[in-house]
Amino acid sequence: MFEIVILTLDSTVRLSTPLLLACLAGLYSERSGVVDIGLEGKMLGAAFGAGAVAYLTGNAWIGLLAGMAVSIGLALIHGFASITNRGNQIVSGVAINFLAAGLTALLGQTWFRQGGRTPSLPEGGRFRDIILPYAEELRDVPVIGGIYSELLSGHNILVYAAFVAVPLTWWVLFRTRFGLRLRAVGENPAAVDTAGISVTWLRYRAVIACGALCGVAGAYLSIAQSSGFIKDMTAGKGFIALAALIFAKWKPANAMFACLLFGFLDAVAIRMQGQKIPGIGEIPVQFFQALPYILTVILLAGFIGKAIPPKAAGIPYLKERS
Amino acid sequence: MSAGQLPRWVDYGLIPFLNLAAAFLVSGLVVVLIGENPLDAVELLVWGSVGYGEGIGFTLFYATNFIFTGLAVAVAFHAGLFNIGGEGQAYIGGLGVAFACLALDHIVPWYVTLPFAIIGSALMGAAWAFIPAWLQATRGSHVVITTIMFNFIASSLMVYLLNNALKKPGSMQPETRTFEVGGRLPFLNDIFPSFGFGYAPVNLSLFVALAACVLVWVLIWRTKLGFEIRSFGANATAAVYAGISPVRTIVITMLISGGLAGMMAINEIMGSQHRLLIDFVTGYGFVGIAVALMGRAHPVGIVLASILFGMLYQGGAELSFEMPNITRDMIIVIQGLVILFAGALEHMFRPAIVKLFTPSRALAAKEA
Repeated sequence: MFEIVILTLDSTVRLSTPLLLACLAGLYSERSGVVDIGLEGKMLGAAFGAGAVAYLTGNAWIGLLAGMAVSIGLALIHGFASITNRGNQIVSGVAINFLAAGLTALLGQTWFRQGGRTPSLPEGGRFRDIILPYAEELRDVPVIGGIYSELLSGHNILVYAAFVAVPLTWWVLFRTRFGLRLRAVGENPAAVDTAGISVTWLRYRAVIACGALCGVAGAYLSIAQSSGFIKDMTAGKGFIALAALIFAKWKPANAMFACLLFGFLDAVAIRMQGQKIPGIGEIPVQFFQALPYILTVILLAGFIGKAIPPKAAGIPYLKERS
Repeated sequence: MSAGQLPRWVDYGLIPFLNLAAAFLVSGLVVVLIGENPLDAVELLVWGSVGYGEGIGFTLFYATNFIFTGLAVAVAFHAGLFNIGGEGQAYIGGLGVAFACLALDHIVPWYVTLPFAIIGSALMGAAWAFIPAWLQATRGSHVVITTIMFNFIASSLMVYLLNNALKKPGSMQPETRTFEVGGRLPFLNDIFPSFGFGYAPVNLSLFVALAACVLVWVLIWRTKLGFEIRSFGANATAAVYAGISPVRTIVITMLISGGLAGMMAINEIMGSQHRLLIDFVTGYGFVGIAVALMGRAHPVGIVLASILFGMLYQGGAELSFEMPNITRDMIIVIQGLVILFAGALEHMFRPAIVKLFTPSRALAAKEA
């Protein structure tokens, strides 16, 4: 029983990582007042960029950088549309999702001719699991061995990076001048403007940070979790991350717990497939798939606390003219 | 710079045209990137979509879907709401069509089934929009987010239902049994053989869609409810001050919107597939956003935009036959670019155009 719990939690960590990275990405963007439903597309673009470049260079780190570059590029399109041109941020996000879905499949087929996937990565093109010190020695110790050697050890570096990014994001947003201004621009951009700080530049920086983190999330999918890009491999993870962001009420620590919860639901769904629970029977796997969204809607309905978005989220800032 | 400074034909003609041109230009660059000749691609695309009877039939078939989802988004736009859940509402709408057809197809002819299918799809689509609408109206939770969530919930629900409750006994496919004649709309090719639509699945629901356009026009511009919807969309605070109930307006608008999205299923399920199956919506709901934006939320514009997107769908399919390097994913790329340039970057060319169309006298007066 203990072993099953540890194994489920272990896969929870693996499944939560891309959600967490994308969720933190959305946190930067939305806290600055730019709503981003294009997380999915940015992740997908990054996964493709990372998969393709890691295959060509055989270097996972260059792959990661390529993924981040693709994602930041898409983020800049979103920024150009919604900050510079004051376009509709939802429409822009939808456009980015379409672009990423179409371009990754199209270019993937043109360049690699394997039905939209990238070829399997060579040695070195993929992030390997890291065995923490003494993990092997402690494996047989009861309880601690399970927790340390199975659960904490043996993940790739992006998993650890995702969880380090949580306190880091908190520190940046709540303990630095940049973070204070970023939050201010999401609540009351006019006040920030009055203080002589550029709303545009602040929001662009937030959008770029969002792109970078989404890039890591996408790279994780194609060159860490699996060995290559597969068409539509994000499969709605960007939207689950968005749900998690709302569920977390736009706070970094909450974001981690929300992503762990949604990752846990996913892990349980995989484990429960085809298994009967005494007294209830078999729970359909679709129920677990829908549960993150159902929970978020219930939260939005105000039945478990209240999710209040940043006040200026989704509203383009128009500097007053004389 | 207000919109009133530009002549109407510039606002409704030139600017959308420039946005589209920009989208197609970038699409052309993508084609070049793949290593094909973009002009050949355009020729193939246009020929494939309107060059012969069957192509036109397919174009009109796809356009029918887009008219429904485009109208759905447009109605919500008029109330200042963004219904991004057309995808899920259309999917659930399929249930309504399937229930009507499965219950009636072996008893009555299609023209008796059709009203029930219309009511069923509209009711199911509206029902799927109701919770997001109600939450927006009474709890202030943003309708964009809740409708996105409902798209995914709809998808899971339909996969479950089709794999368990609705599956044809003894079949492995997650789909219902094929409808009998009483659950099939006649193809236009059978009604008007002279047009030569061939095997194109364009069917009678095209006329249902056009009727819906007229009804939406009447509703929005010729009824009290439409006036309330537009007032609420233009200035919610003023509308409430004038005695328009926000809860009522939001909920009713979203119900109409969801109902229209749900009716898309008539074309796909009763008109073409003749059975309820997984993932029959595949993006039509999202493209409805682009259609509504390009059509300026007016039924006439929506019909034109729907035909354009129908051409892209059909022409793109033809293109992928002739140029195997350009897969059907190219359509998704073009759609993305159209949504980007015609939607999100809508105002990119406006400042330059305003400058161009401001008479020099007015400028001089301003400077003086």
